[in-house]
Amino acid sequence: MTPTLTIFLVVSATLFSIGLLAALSRRHAIFILIGIELMLAAANLNFIAFWRFSPQPQQPIGVMVAIFSIAIAAAEAAVGLAMVIAVYRHYRTTNVDQLDQLKG
Amino acid sequence: MNSAAFVVIAILTLAAALAAASLRKLIHAALSFAVAFVGVAAFFFLLSAEFVGLVQVFVYVGAVAVLIVFTILLTRRDVQDTGKLNWGGAVVAIAVFGGLLWAIFKTPALSIAAPQSEPLTVKRIGEVLMTDYVWPLQCVGLVLTAALIGALILVMEDREEVKKVK
Repeated sequence: MTPTLTIFLVVSATLFSIGLLAALSRRHAIFILIGIELMLAAANLNFIAFWRFSPQPQQPIGVMVAIFSIAIAAAEAAVGLAMVIAVYRHYRTTNVDQLDQLKG
Repeated sequence: MNSAAFVVIAILTLAAALAAASLRKLIHAALSFAVAFVGVAAFFFLLSAEFVGLVQVFVYVGAVAVLIVFTILLTRRDVQDTGKLNWGGAVVAIAVFGGLLWAIFKTPALSIAAPQSEPLTVKRIGEVLMTDYVWPLQCVGLVLTAALIGALILVMEDREEVKKVK
């Protein structure tokens, strides 16, 4: 049997949940960025799967959304990692639990 | 679409993603992150979106993974996570996973096979990108330029601090 759309969606839901787990439960800022990137990849996988299984795959809408999403994700990763470096310069740590100066 | 290839790629991708989310050493997590993204690119190839798969490999494995490794090297003091798992986060992630699975299996229209179609050529993607999607393309160019300048300004050293050190 060939894979159906359901099984692709299950894989991407698993990938999304793993990314959410990394983003919510790790304390290191770089791990949180890795989790966000995993979630974005899961969303891209959904876009491509829905495009491929749609009645007219000749309209490359899903592919276009995925390409733009990859570009935005790359920009986000660059700015996020630059922020991690800037924060590390100031506080000498990248543990997000210790960055609590705005806590009331 | 080959189901054996699908199973192999799915196991590889999910195992690498789980390793990236749970490994203690940061550099190991970054390398498994690269493997997970190779797996996602393989999924794109399987879904006959070859161009997106190639872009994924170039951007993520070529650029973002290297960027993450450089950041790890530059913030060397704490390359290990404390290892304390935040149980609230795990509960939320499992709840979201359960909700998504429930929604997927509740929808009967999703269990379809892929329709036969001609492959999507890069020529067609280029044509569409230059006609229907030319405004989003320009906006993405603007966003990337702004992100480049912003990242440079963020990591630039303070002039006065550098002078003080000298």
